Amino acid sequence: MRKSRTLNLGTGSFVLLGFAALFFLTTQTTSRGLPIFGPPLYEVTAKFDNIGDLKVGAPVSMSGVEVGRVAKIDFDSNDYKAVVLLRLNARYNKIPTDSDASIYTQGLLGGKFIGLTAGGSDTYLADKGQIDFTQSAFVLENLIGQVLANFTKSKADALSPAPADPKATEKTK
Amino acid sequence: MIGELWESFTDALEDLGSVVHFLFRLVVNTPRVLLRFDLISQQVFNSGALSLIIIMLSGLFVGMVLGLQGFQLLQRFGSAESLGTAATIGLVKELGPVVTALLFAGRAGTALASELGLMRATDQLSAMEMMAVDPIQRVVVPRFLGGVIAMPLLAAIFSVIGIYGAQLVGVQIMGVDAGSFWSQMRHAVSLTDVTEGIAKSFAFGVACSLIAVYQGYYATPTAEGVGRATTSTVVTSAVVILFLDYLITAAFL
Repeated sequence: MRKSRTLNLGTGSFVLLGFAALFFLTTQTTSRGLPIFGPPLYEVTAKFDNIGDLKVGAPVSMSGVEVGRVAKIDFDSNDYKAVVLLRLNARYNKIPTDSDASIYTQGLLGGKFIGLTAGGSDTYLADKGQIDFTQSAFVLENLIGQVLANFTKSKADALSPAPADPKATEKTK
Repeated sequence: MIGELWESFTDALEDLGSVVHFLFRLVVNTPRVLLRFDLISQQVFNSGALSLIIIMLSGLFVGMVLGLQGFQLLQRFGSAESLGTAATIGLVKELGPVVTALLFAGRAGTALASELGLMRATDQLSAMEMMAVDPIQRVVVPRFLGGVIAMPLLAAIFSVIGIYGAQLVGVQIMGVDAGSFWSQMRHAVSLTDVTEGIAKSFAFGVACSLIAVYQGYYATPTAEGVGRATTSTVVTSAVVILFLDYLITAAFL
């Protein structure tokens, strides 16, 4: 009897420790806590021209404070825009309807996240609401393309200036 | 020469077939054994709780080494704050399940194989059969299930201790910021990483326990045979673990 008691005690504490470790791994090392214990949420959508490499699960922040997460990303084939479903914490329920949603990059090469900037309206976003003012992701390739285009354009200008200025043409020759 | 090769090939195939058959017998008998909860609980204690010390110690040192090496490497790129991410992903997905399974094969697998082998050599299994007690149900299945239950729990404990080991070296000794260590980890580690680790440790648990009880149950009933069964448990387990590791990693990509 005595022996079986210590045996069961040992087995029990081992299993408990194991499940505590599993619980720690799923809730503490990943960004998602248990949905059962999560705070109440509400959903709003925002349409963007280009979301870059925004991922599901990316944070939504206001003034740098995380207020929610990206829950779903879809493509609207009627107006050719990306539809992003944001799941916001119901604690932050006083976000004006004319707020602005922009996609930012964390650090120089970090992941994308959505930043909300409060507008001035007296009505607040509710569940199934929509954010109308959006600003697309900053795509590095586009910027490089623009810089290169400007660069070659100004170079071409310098090489062949307007023919109305014969002196300058002489100089470049 | 060709004939010998062919023979060893068919022998290996025959072994594989009989392992699969044995697994099938274990699975068929499992529902009846689940009612004998005390037997399983005792085996969880034998292969799980008794392996705890070696798992925890190894986890701590593996985590500390990971912290040290990861810090040295990441510092070159000026991103020592990603140490938490690197260590956690490494531990949860690879090192946790694989190292735990290798240690488990060495600690619990050999114990199972030699115990069953000795039972075979001293005719205890035959005696049970004489008394109309099915040794598969009474002896083999509880040991198998005990190993299957214990292995994922041990791997999870290994990973958690390893993460704290990496944190100990990275944050306390090398001076990485504790906040960014944890927050970058939480941001980068996804639930599928953890699921992959759990799936791996479960598969390794089934493989290790199956190999151990198979080798023990079918050991040649001599002192030499028991020794050989124990050795080949460790060797086969190690190869099978690493092979399964590749398969499961590829499946999750």
